[in-house]
Amino acid sequence: MSSVNNEREEILRMSGVDPTKCMKCGKCSGTCPAFDAMEYHPHQFVSMVNKGNIEPLKQSNAIWQCLSCFACMERCPRDVKPAKLIEAVRLTVIREQGMNHLESENVPCMLDPELPQQAIVSAFRKYSK
Amino acid sequence: MVYSYYPGCTLKTKAKDLDMYARKSAEALGITLEEIPEWQCCGGVYPQAQDEIATKLSSVRTLNSAKEAGNDLVTVCSACHHVLKRVNDDMANNEYIRTRANNYMELEEPYAGETKVLHYLELLRDVVGFDELKKKVVNPLKGKKIAAYYGCLLLRPSGVMGLDDPEDPSIMEDFIKALGATPVVYPFRNECCGGYVTLQDQSLAQKKSNKVLGSAEAQGAEMVITACPLCMYNLKNNGTEHDLPVVYFTEILAEALGVK
Ligand code: SF4
Ligand code: SF4
Ligand code: SF4
Ligand code: SF4
Repeated sequence: MSSVNNEREEILRMSGVDPTKCMKCGKCSGTCPAFDAMEYHPHQFVSMVNKGNIEPLKQSNAIWQCLSCFACMERCPRDVKPAKLIEAVRLTVIREQGMNHLESENVPCMLDPELPQQAIVSAFRKYSK
Repeated sequence: MVYSYYPGCTLKTKAKDLDMYARKSAEALGITLEEIPEWQCCGGVYPQAQDEIATKLSSVRTLNSAKEAGNDLVTVCSACHHVLKRVNDDMANNEYIRTRANNYMELEEPYAGETKVLHYLELLRDVVGFDELKKKVVNPLKGKKIAAYYGCLLLRPSGVMGLDDPEDPSIMEDFIKALGATPVVYPFRNECCGGYVTLQDQSLAQKKSNKVLGSAEAQGAEMVITACPLCMYNLKNNGTEHDLPVVYFTEILAEALGVK
Protein backbone atom coordinates (compact mmCIF):
# COMPACT_ATOMS: atom_id res chain seq x y z
CA MET A 1 0.00 0.00 0.00
CA SER A 2 2.59 2.54 1.01
CA SER A 3 4.84 1.76 -1.96
CA VAL A 4 1.84 2.21 -4.24
CA ASN A 5 1.12 5.54 -2.59
CA ASN A 6 4.74 6.55 -2.93
CA GLU A 7 4.67 5.78 -6.61
CA ARG A 8 1.54 7.86 -7.06
CA GLU A 9 3.13 10.78 -5.24
CA GLU A 10 6.34 10.38 -7.21
CA ILE A 11 4.48 10.44 -10.55
CA LEU A 12 2.47 13.48 -9.52
CA ARG A 13 5.62 15.24 -8.42
CA MET A 14 7.55 14.43 -11.60
CA SER A 15 4.69 15.43 -13.87
CA GLY A 16 3.37 18.36 -11.88
CA VAL A 17 -0.14 17.12 -12.75
CA ASP A 18 -3.12 17.37 -10.39
CA PRO A 19 -5.47 14.57 -11.49
CA THR A 20 -8.24 15.76 -9.18
CA LYS A 21 -8.82 18.69 -11.55
CA CYS A 22 -10.12 16.23 -14.18
CA MET A 23 -13.86 16.45 -14.84
CA LYS A 24 -13.92 13.24 -16.89
CA CYS A 25 -15.14 14.83 -20.08
CA GLY A 26 -13.03 12.46 -22.20
CA LYS A 27 -11.85 15.14 -24.58
CA CYS A 28 -8.19 14.15 -24.20
CA SER A 29 -9.00 10.64 -25.36
CA GLY A 30 -11.39 11.89 -28.04
CA THR A 31 -8.63 13.95 -29.62
CA CYS A 32 -5.76 11.47 -29.13
CA PRO A 33 -4.24 10.34 -32.47
CA ALA A 34 -2.94 7.14 -30.84
CA PHE A 35 -6.38 6.23 -29.42
CA ASP A 36 -6.76 2.97 -31.36
CA ALA A 37 -3.21 1.90 -30.55
CA MET A 38 -3.37 2.42 -26.77
CA GLU A 39 -5.00 -0.09 -24.42
CA TYR A 40 -5.34 2.68 -21.83
CA HIS A 41 -6.43 6.07 -23.06
CA PRO A 42 -5.25 9.44 -21.72
CA HIS A 43 -8.31 9.96 -19.48
CA GLN A 44 -7.70 6.52 -18.00
CA PHE A 45 -4.11 7.46 -17.13
CA VAL A 46 -5.53 10.41 -15.24
CA SER A 47 -8.06 8.41 -13.28
CA MET A 48 -5.87 5.33 -12.71
CA VAL A 49 -2.90 7.36 -11.45
CA ASN A 50 -5.27 9.25 -9.19
CA LYS A 51 -6.44 5.96 -7.69
CA GLY A 52 -2.87 4.69 -7.35
CA ASN A 53 -3.60 1.93 -9.88
CA ILE A 54 -0.28 2.39 -11.64
CA GLU A 55 1.11 -1.09 -12.28
CA PRO A 56 -1.14 -1.82 -15.30
CA LEU A 57 -0.05 1.47 -16.84
CA LYS A 58 3.60 0.59 -16.34
CA GLN A 59 3.02 -2.75 -18.04
CA SER A 60 1.07 -1.20 -20.90
CA ASN A 61 2.06 -0.71 -24.50
CA ALA A 62 0.25 2.64 -24.35
CA ILE A 63 3.25 4.35 -22.74
CA TRP A 64 5.28 3.60 -25.88
CA GLN A 65 2.48 4.46 -28.31
CA CYS A 66 1.85 8.00 -27.05
CA LEU A 67 3.17 10.37 -29.73
CA SER A 68 3.79 13.37 -27.46
CA CYS A 69 1.69 15.43 -29.84
CA PHE A 70 0.29 17.50 -26.94
CA ALA A 71 -3.23 17.45 -28.37
CA CYS A 72 -4.57 16.16 -25.03
CA MET A 73 -2.80 18.99 -23.23
CA GLU A 74 -3.93 21.70 -25.58
CA ARG A 75 -7.55 20.59 -25.68
CA CYS A 76 -8.21 19.68 -22.06
CA PRO A 77 -10.77 22.15 -20.67
CA ARG A 78 -9.29 21.79 -17.17
CA ASP A 79 -5.58 22.05 -18.05
CA VAL A 80 -4.82 18.62 -16.58
CA LYS A 81 -1.96 17.79 -19.02
CA PRO A 82 -2.38 14.03 -19.49
CA ALA A 83 0.73 13.87 -21.73
CA LYS A 84 2.89 14.83 -18.75
CA LEU A 85 1.37 12.06 -16.67
CA ILE A 86 2.04 9.51 -19.41
CA GLU A 87 5.63 10.72 -19.68
CA ALA A 88 6.09 10.35 -15.90
CA VAL A 89 4.81 6.75 -16.01
CA ARG A 90 7.11 6.00 -18.96
CA LEU A 91 10.06 7.49 -17.07
CA THR A 92 9.40 5.45 -13.92
CA VAL A 93 9.66 2.37 -16.15
CA ILE A 94 12.81 3.22 -18.10
CA ARG A 95 14.61 4.55 -15.03
CA GLU A 96 14.52 1.04 -13.58
CA GLN A 97 17.60 -1.05 -14.25
CA GLY A 98 17.35 -3.09 -17.44
CA MET A 99 13.98 -1.63 -18.46
CA ASN A 100 15.00 0.27 -21.57
CA HIS A 101 12.46 -0.15 -24.31
CA LEU A 102 14.91 0.61 -27.09
CA GLU A 103 18.50 -0.64 -27.03
CA SER A 104 21.15 0.74 -29.32
CA GLU A 105 22.06 -2.75 -30.57
CA ASN A 106 18.52 -3.05 -31.95
CA VAL A 107 18.70 0.15 -33.87
CA PRO A 108 20.89 -0.66 -36.90
CA CYS A 109 18.21 -2.96 -38.30
CA MET A 110 15.66 -0.15 -38.07
CA LEU A 111 17.93 2.29 -39.76
CA ASP A 112 16.36 3.28 -42.93
CA PRO A 113 18.88 5.50 -44.76
CA GLU A 114 16.26 8.22 -45.07
CA LEU A 115 15.48 8.35 -41.35
CA PRO A 116 16.44 11.77 -39.93
CA GLN A 117 18.77 11.93 -36.88
CA GLN A 118 15.99 13.69 -35.09
CA ALA A 119 13.86 10.51 -35.13
CA ILE A 120 16.63 8.42 -33.60
CA VAL A 121 17.58 10.99 -30.97
CA SER A 122 13.93 11.49 -30.06
CA ALA A 123 13.19 7.77 -29.83
CA PHE A 124 16.16 7.26 -27.50
CA ARG A 125 14.96 10.07 -25.30
CA LYS A 126 11.49 8.59 -25.11
CA TYR A 127 12.33 4.91 -24.86
CA SER A 128 15.65 4.58 -23.01
CA LYS A 129 17.78 5.89 -20.19
CA MET B 1 19.65 42.60 -38.73
CA VAL B 2 21.74 39.98 -36.96
CA TYR B 3 20.33 36.88 -35.27
CA SER B 4 21.91 33.94 -33.52
CA TYR B 5 21.04 30.80 -35.43
CA TYR B 6 20.60 27.24 -34.17
CA PRO B 7 20.45 24.76 -37.06
CA GLY B 8 20.26 21.50 -35.07
CA CYS B 9 21.77 18.13 -35.92
CA THR B 10 19.30 17.05 -38.58
CA LEU B 11 19.79 20.20 -40.62
CA LYS B 12 23.49 19.35 -40.78
CA THR B 13 22.79 15.87 -42.16
CA LYS B 14 19.50 14.57 -43.60
CA ALA B 15 17.83 17.97 -43.86
CA LYS B 16 20.60 20.03 -45.44
CA ASP B 17 18.11 21.59 -47.85
CA LEU B 18 16.02 23.00 -45.02
CA ASP B 19 19.14 24.75 -43.70
CA MET B 20 20.71 25.83 -46.99
CA TYR B 21 17.53 27.43 -48.34
CA ALA B 22 16.92 29.12 -44.98
CA ARG B 23 20.36 30.73 -45.11
CA LYS B 24 20.17 31.74 -48.78
CA SER B 25 16.75 33.27 -48.31
CA ALA B 26 17.78 35.14 -45.17
CA GLU B 27 20.67 36.62 -47.09
CA ALA B 28 18.35 37.72 -49.88
CA LEU B 29 16.14 39.37 -47.27
CA GLY B 30 19.03 41.23 -45.63
CA ILE B 31 19.10 39.11 -42.49
CA THR B 32 22.35 37.78 -41.06
CA LEU B 33 22.13 34.40 -39.32
CA GLU B 34 25.14 33.78 -37.09
CA GLU B 35 25.46 30.14 -36.23
CA ILE B 36 25.90 29.54 -32.49
CA PRO B 37 29.46 28.26 -31.91
CA GLU B 38 29.79 24.68 -30.69
CA TRP B 39 26.07 24.08 -30.28
CA GLN B 40 24.90 20.64 -29.20
CA CYS B 41 21.87 18.61 -30.22
CA CYS B 42 18.76 19.57 -28.26
CA GLY B 43 17.64 15.96 -27.94
CA GLY B 44 14.70 16.25 -30.33
CA VAL B 45 11.96 16.01 -27.70
CA TYR B 46 11.26 18.27 -24.76
CA PRO B 47 11.87 16.42 -21.48
CA GLN B 48 8.58 17.01 -19.73
CA ALA B 49 9.39 15.87 -16.19
CA GLN B 50 10.24 18.40 -13.50
CA ASP B 51 13.28 16.38 -12.41
CA GLU B 52 14.78 16.04 -15.91
CA ILE B 53 17.57 18.60 -15.60
CA ALA B 54 20.61 17.18 -17.41
CA THR B 55 18.55 16.56 -20.56
CA LYS B 56 17.65 20.26 -20.69
CA LEU B 57 21.20 21.58 -20.40
CA SER B 58 22.22 21.53 -24.06
CA SER B 59 19.28 23.82 -24.75
CA VAL B 60 20.21 26.08 -21.84
CA ARG B 61 23.74 26.38 -23.27
CA THR B 62 22.38 27.40 -26.65
CA LEU B 63 19.99 29.91 -25.13
CA ASN B 64 22.74 31.37 -23.00
CA SER B 65 25.13 31.71 -25.98
CA ALA B 66 22.54 33.81 -27.76
CA LYS B 67 22.11 35.89 -24.63
CA GLU B 68 25.86 36.45 -24.42
CA ALA B 69 25.96 37.44 -28.08
CA GLY B 70 23.14 39.86 -27.38
CA ASN B 71 20.94 38.39 -30.11
CA ASP B 72 17.52 36.87 -30.50
CA LEU B 73 17.74 33.18 -31.38
CA VAL B 74 16.33 31.83 -34.65
CA THR B 75 15.52 28.17 -35.37
CA VAL B 76 14.04 26.44 -38.40
CA CYS B 77 13.36 22.82 -37.39
CA SER B 78 9.99 22.58 -35.60
CA ALA B 79 11.39 20.13 -33.07
CA CYS B 80 14.45 22.20 -32.10
CA HIS B 81 12.25 25.24 -31.89
CA HIS B 82 9.82 23.42 -29.62
CA VAL B 83 12.53 22.13 -27.28
CA LEU B 84 14.39 25.45 -27.04
CA LYS B 85 11.24 27.45 -26.52
CA ARG B 86 9.93 25.18 -23.77
CA VAL B 87 13.24 24.96 -21.95
CA ASN B 88 13.46 28.73 -22.17
CA ASP B 89 10.02 28.98 -20.60
CA ASP B 90 11.16 26.70 -17.75
CA MET B 91 14.24 28.85 -17.20
CA ALA B 92 12.07 31.96 -17.03
CA ASN B 93 9.17 30.60 -15.01
CA ASN B 94 10.07 27.38 -13.21
CA GLU B 95 12.24 28.11 -10.23
CA TYR B 96 12.95 24.46 -9.46
CA ILE B 97 14.37 23.85 -12.95
CA ARG B 98 16.10 27.22 -13.22
CA THR B 99 18.00 26.78 -9.95
CA ARG B 100 19.13 23.25 -10.70
CA ALA B 101 20.12 23.94 -14.30
CA ASN B 102 22.13 26.96 -13.22
CA ASN B 103 23.88 24.90 -10.55
CA TYR B 104 25.24 22.70 -13.32
CA MET B 105 26.09 25.52 -15.67
CA GLU B 106 28.20 27.67 -13.33
CA LEU B 107 27.78 30.79 -15.43
CA GLU B 108 29.00 34.18 -14.37
CA GLU B 109 25.45 35.40 -14.54
CA PRO B 110 22.70 32.78 -14.08
CA TYR B 111 20.46 32.21 -17.09
CA ALA B 112 16.83 33.08 -16.48
CA GLY B 113 15.15 32.83 -19.87
CA GLU B 114 16.28 36.21 -21.21
CA THR B 115 16.75 35.09 -24.83
CA LYS B 116 13.89 35.60 -27.26
CA VAL B 117 13.39 32.46 -29.36
CA LEU B 118 11.94 32.95 -32.82
CA HIS B 119 10.95 30.43 -35.42
CA TYR B 120 12.09 31.40 -38.92
CA LEU B 121 8.43 31.79 -39.90
CA GLU B 122 8.03 34.36 -37.12
CA LEU B 123 11.03 36.19 -38.49
CA LEU B 124 9.26 36.38 -41.84
CA ARG B 125 5.94 37.45 -40.35
CA ASP B 126 7.03 39.76 -37.53
CA VAL B 127 10.37 41.16 -38.62
CA VAL B 128 10.38 41.15 -42.42
CA GLY B 129 6.57 41.26 -42.73
CA PHE B 130 4.64 39.29 -45.32
CA ASP B 131 3.84 42.45 -47.34
CA GLU B 132 7.54 43.21 -47.62
CA LEU B 133 8.31 39.59 -48.43
CA LYS B 134 5.78 39.75 -51.24
CA LYS B 135 7.63 42.70 -52.76
CA LYS B 136 10.88 40.74 -52.77
CA VAL B 137 9.41 37.77 -54.64
CA VAL B 138 10.87 37.49 -58.15
CA ASN B 139 9.31 34.16 -59.15
CA PRO B 140 5.75 34.18 -57.85
CA LEU B 141 4.48 30.61 -57.44
CA LYS B 142 1.31 31.47 -59.33
CA GLY B 143 -1.52 28.99 -59.41
CA LYS B 144 0.17 26.44 -57.17
CA LYS B 145 -2.14 24.96 -54.57
CA ILE B 146 -0.04 24.41 -51.47
CA ALA B 147 -1.10 22.82 -48.20
CA ALA B 148 0.75 23.87 -45.05
CA TYR B 149 1.46 21.07 -42.61
CA TYR B 150 1.93 22.43 -39.09
CA GLY B 151 1.92 19.15 -37.21
CA CYS B 152 2.16 19.38 -33.44
CA LEU B 153 5.34 20.93 -32.24
CA LEU B 154 5.08 24.38 -33.81
CA LEU B 155 1.73 25.09 -32.20
CA ARG B 156 1.30 23.14 -28.96
CA PRO B 157 1.14 23.82 -26.10
CA SER B 158 0.03 27.21 -27.34
CA GLY B 159 0.48 28.88 -23.95
CA VAL B 160 4.23 28.38 -24.29
CA MET B 161 4.74 28.25 -28.05
CA GLY B 162 2.63 31.33 -28.78
CA LEU B 163 3.29 31.05 -32.52
CA ASP B 164 -0.29 31.16 -33.70
CA ASP B 165 -3.87 30.09 -32.96
CA PRO B 166 -3.39 26.36 -32.24
CA GLU B 167 -6.68 25.31 -33.84
CA ASP B 168 -6.82 27.77 -36.72
CA PRO B 169 -3.29 28.87 -37.54
CA SER B 170 -2.61 31.17 -40.47
CA ILE B 171 1.12 31.95 -40.47
CA MET B 172 2.01 29.35 -43.10
CA GLU B 173 -1.02 30.13 -45.24
CA ASP B 174 -0.08 33.83 -45.19
CA PHE B 175 3.45 32.82 -46.10
CA ILE B 176 2.16 30.80 -49.07
CA LYS B 177 0.08 33.79 -50.20
CA ALA B 178 3.08 36.10 -49.94
CA LEU B 179 4.92 33.83 -52.37
CA GLY B 180 2.07 34.16 -54.85
CA ALA B 181 0.65 30.65 -54.42
CA THR B 182 -2.76 29.55 -53.16
CA PRO B 183 -2.99 28.05 -49.66
CA VAL B 184 -5.13 24.96 -49.14
CA VAL B 185 -6.79 24.67 -45.74
CA TYR B 186 -7.52 21.09 -44.60
CA PRO B 187 -8.59 19.65 -41.26
CA PHE B 188 -5.49 17.57 -40.48
CA ARG B 189 -2.95 20.35 -40.90
CA ASN B 190 -2.44 20.52 -37.12
CA GLU B 191 -2.76 16.81 -36.33
CA CYS B 192 0.15 14.48 -35.72
CA CYS B 193 2.06 12.53 -38.41
CA GLY B 194 3.21 9.92 -35.89
CA GLY B 195 6.59 11.45 -35.08
CA TYR B 196 9.22 9.20 -33.48
CA VAL B 197 6.72 6.33 -33.12
CA THR B 198 7.85 5.15 -36.56
CA LEU B 199 10.74 3.45 -34.72
CA GLN B 200 8.41 1.62 -32.36
CA ASP B 201 5.26 0.97 -34.41
CA GLN B 202 5.60 1.90 -38.03
CA SER B 203 2.01 0.95 -38.83
CA LEU B 204 0.80 3.68 -36.47
CA ALA B 205 2.99 6.28 -38.19
CA GLN B 206 1.64 5.07 -41.54
CA LYS B 207 -1.97 5.50 -40.44
CA LYS B 208 -1.33 8.99 -39.14
CA SER B 209 0.69 10.14 -42.14
CA ASN B 210 -1.84 8.75 -44.60
CA LYS B 211 -4.60 10.61 -42.76
CA VAL B 212 -2.75 13.90 -43.08
CA LEU B 213 -1.95 13.49 -46.76
CA GLY B 214 -5.41 12.15 -47.59
CA SER B 215 -6.94 15.16 -45.92
CA ALA B 216 -4.72 17.60 -47.87
CA GLU B 217 -5.38 15.78 -51.14
CA ALA B 218 -9.14 15.81 -50.58
CA GLN B 219 -9.00 19.61 -50.36
CA GLY B 220 -7.16 19.83 -53.66
CA ALA B 221 -3.55 20.28 -52.56
CA GLU B 222 -0.82 19.75 -55.16
CA MET B 223 2.03 20.05 -52.70
CA VAL B 224 2.59 20.00 -48.94
CA ILE B 225 5.10 22.15 -47.08
CA THR B 226 6.61 21.50 -43.65
CA ALA B 227 9.23 22.92 -41.29
CA CYS B 228 10.11 19.59 -39.68
CA PRO B 229 12.48 16.89 -40.98
CA LEU B 230 10.56 14.18 -39.12
CA CYS B 231 7.22 15.32 -40.52
CA MET B 232 8.93 15.26 -43.93
CA TYR B 233 10.19 11.72 -43.39
CA ASN B 234 6.83 10.43 -42.18
CA LEU B 235 4.77 12.07 -44.89
CA LYS B 236 7.12 10.85 -47.61
CA ASN B 237 7.97 7.39 -46.34
CA ASN B 238 4.99 6.46 -44.21
CA GLY B 239 2.34 8.24 -46.28
CA THR B 240 2.25 5.10 -48.39
CA GLU B 241 -1.16 5.64 -50.00
CA HIS B 242 -0.48 9.06 -51.48
CA ASP B 243 2.19 10.63 -53.57
CA LEU B 244 1.80 14.32 -52.99
CA PRO B 245 5.16 16.07 -53.11
CA VAL B 246 6.34 17.23 -49.67
CA VAL B 247 8.94 20.02 -49.51
CA TYR B 248 10.48 22.27 -46.88
CA PHE B 249 8.95 25.72 -46.61
CA THR B 250 12.42 27.22 -47.04
CA GLU B 251 12.76 25.57 -50.45
CA ILE B 252 9.70 27.30 -51.92
CA LEU B 253 10.85 30.52 -50.25
CA ALA B 254 14.25 30.30 -51.96
CA GLU B 255 12.55 29.46 -55.25
CA ALA B 256 10.24 32.48 -55.02
CA LEU B 257 13.12 34.76 -54.04
CA GLY B 258 15.14 33.51 -57.01
CA VAL B 259 18.01 32.11 -54.92
CA LYS B 260 17.35 28.40 -55.33
S1 SF4 C 1 -9.69 16.36 -21.24
FE1 SF4 C 1 -8.93 16.97 -19.23
S2 SF4 C 1 -10.75 17.10 -17.95
FE2 SF4 C 1 -11.33 15.97 -19.78
S3 SF4 C 1 -11.03 13.81 -19.23
FE3 SF4 C 1 -9.12 14.51 -20.16
S4 SF4 C 1 -7.90 15.18 -18.46
FE4 SF4 C 1 -9.97 15.05 -17.70
S1 SF4 D 1 0.27 13.41 -26.26
FE1 SF4 D 1 0.01 11.20 -26.31
S2 SF4 D 1 -1.83 10.83 -25.12
FE2 SF4 D 1 -1.82 12.99 -25.59
S3 SF4 D 1 -3.06 13.13 -27.39
FE3 SF4 D 1 -0.94 12.95 -28.07
S4 SF4 D 1 -0.62 10.77 -28.40
FE4 SF4 D 1 -2.48 10.99 -27.19
S1 SF4 E 1 15.34 18.74 -32.80
FE1 SF4 E 1 16.24 17.80 -34.02
S2 SF4 E 1 17.38 18.35 -35.39
FE2 SF4 E 1 16.89 19.72 -33.85
S3 SF4 E 1 18.89 19.46 -32.75
FE3 SF4 E 1 17.33 18.57 -31.87
S4 SF4 E 1 17.35 16.55 -32.55
FE4 SF4 E 1 18.66 17.61 -33.70
S1 SF4 F 1 3.83 16.34 -36.84
FE1 SF4 F 1 4.99 14.64 -36.53
S2 SF4 F 1 7.14 15.06 -36.64
FE2 SF4 F 1 6.02 16.85 -36.86
S3 SF4 F 1 5.78 17.73 -35.03
FE3 SF4 F 1 4.13 16.25 -34.83
S4 SF4 F 1 4.96 14.38 -34.41
FE4 SF4 F 1 6.59 15.77 -34.86
